[in-house]
Amino acid sequence: MSNDTNSSNSGNTNISARLAKRFSRNIKERVIEFVLMLCALSAVFTTIAIVAILLYESYTFFQHVSIVDFLTDTQWTPLFEDAHYGILPLVSGTLTISAVALAFAIPVGTVAAIYLSEFASHKTRETVKPILEMLAGVPTIAFGYFALLFVTPLLQKIFPTLPTFNMLGPGIVIGIMVVPYIASVSEDAMRAVPMSMREGSYAMGATRFQTAMRVVTPAAISGIIAAYILAISRAVGETMVVAIAAGQQPNLTFNPMDSAATITAYIVQVAMGDLPHGSIGYQSIFAAGLVLMLMTLFFNILGHFTRKKFREAY
Amino acid sequence: MTSKASALKNLGAVREMIKRHKLKDAIFGIVGLICIMLILLALLILFIDLLADGYPKLFSWDFFTNFPSRRASRAGLLTALVGSALVMLVTFISAVPMGVGAAIYLEEYAPKNWISEVIEVNVTNLAAVPSIIYGLLALGLFVYILDFGTSILTAGLTLGLLILPIVIVATREAIRGIPVAIREAAYAVGATKGQVVGQHVVRYSAGGILTGVIIGMARAIGETAPVITIGALTFIAFLPPSPVTTTAPFINFDWLTSGFTVLPIQMFSWLSRPNADFHVNAAAAGALIIIVTLLMNAVAIRMRYKIRKKIKWQ
Repeated sequence: MSNDTNSSNSGNTNISARLAKRFSRNIKERVIEFVLMLCALSAVFTTIAIVAILLYESYTFFQHVSIVDFLTDTQWTPLFEDAHYGILPLVSGTLTISAVALAFAIPVGTVAAIYLSEFASHKTRETVKPILEMLAGVPTIAFGYFALLFVTPLLQKIFPTLPTFNMLGPGIVIGIMVVPYIASVSEDAMRAVPMSMREGSYAMGATRFQTAMRVVTPAAISGIIAAYILAISRAVGETMVVAIAAGQQPNLTFNPMDSAATITAYIVQVAMGDLPHGSIGYQSIFAAGLVLMLMTLFFNILGHFTRKKFREAY
Repeated sequence: MTSKASALKNLGAVREMIKRHKLKDAIFGIVGLICIMLILLALLILFIDLLADGYPKLFSWDFFTNFPSRRASRAGLLTALVGSALVMLVTFISAVPMGVGAAIYLEEYAPKNWISEVIEVNVTNLAAVPSIIYGLLALGLFVYILDFGTSILTAGLTLGLLILPIVIVATREAIRGIPVAIREAAYAVGATKGQVVGQHVVRYSAGGILTGVIIGMARAIGETAPVITIGALTFIAFLPPSPVTTTAPFINFDWLTSGFTVLPIQMFSWLSRPNADFHVNAAAAGALIIIVTLLMNAVAIRMRYKIRKKIKWQ
């Protein structure tokens, strides 16, 4: 009997000790979860900060410059005495260079992806894929050097009238830069197409080329288009190659043989100088940045919806 | 008789067709191979071009121990090397704990509600924001609002934000690879969620997390545009104060607010000079950056493939 009460007594103290321990454990767990949530929210804070800073500085900019002028004026000369604030020349430079880049990257990247997914042996694929991933890690400034001191001189031998700063050379180099993205993402999309579809095609007597073109590519088209859009978004936002090799003169032209500044090149040009904080030149880079942000956002959203809309579930 | 003849004729036509299709197959195989070779060749040329242009500097010890100079022959990389190392330290400290924490939250804790959804969307979007936009964010927020100036702290935090999505995505992928059974086993012996995550999930996914961190840091070392945007393109001929001192308390934080230059900025500043002598220095700096980033990427990618092959959880 006494033995019994004893044990229940010690049981009670044990339980309360354990409850105390559990309490502190619960607190600790809550703290951990809270800290981790703060880490995750940092992504949200970053986005909010980017949007807030761009909007705030652009807002003061647009108090000096009317939005109509900004969107329709054909000159961009914020640093001159006779200042014009028309974003069109910068946008045309950005789009021209991106177009050159994609004209190179889309055919090469797509063919490379089809080859890797449908034609290459396992061993080739396992060798080339990691190399492509490594290529995506080459710093853009090295590509800038390549554009200015290798590709442009080479192009000048073919087109003697090509100026030192032009949009063709940097465009091609950006194309080389984004090929790995297109190839890698498209190849992933093609690999996700189930084997049974290919087997069905082969069973009907189709060749590998026919299977790739008429079965695998249509089935993976959403992923492939998403890869193109990712590439556009990268080309539009690319900075160092154009800042080094495309020139700094805003120029409303779609001729890739001309020199022209892009939105990103303008931001770099201003940041290299000594513009006082709060001046209109300083604010103009945020307005330019806002346009760039909206352009890439547009392409990213477009990519998101293409992937959703054309996704076929197997 | 006639039907047999027409069948034979048809057979000839079919054979002809098969031949044609096989030819197309072979041609595409060659075109695909050429495309892949083209990308690899472009990369090889880029690398060889930098090495060939920069090699007189790359093999001279002075180049690595000299301060920048107005004379190309005496200009060296010392300040850029020290600057890059210190900036990377800040980047590592700011991005890695935060990124890993965010990934753990999203994979292990996040309830299925709109907040988690918003965080997810934000991480995906941040990965697609052009790097120069991070530079504008840093210029507005760190340089002026928080008044850190153009300092190592600002640059490190900027690059930290830039690689945050890379770290988060890689960590999530690594965590997803850990089977539920491991967690259940830990819970079964009474571990709390914090213990399960800290002592099991994070430990087993350490290899995958490390690959993500290395790829992120490689990206940060070569990143130029955001660092230029915060105003770092200046002539720096001094070293930041040493982080370690000989007198108590032995650690010194003055270096955080010091002016600085980093490798890609130094390369850009040499490259943008009209004097071609400086282009040799730029090429040497570029070769160094490429070697470092490619090595880091190669290590990370190799590790990833090894982990994929080695760990089989059953």
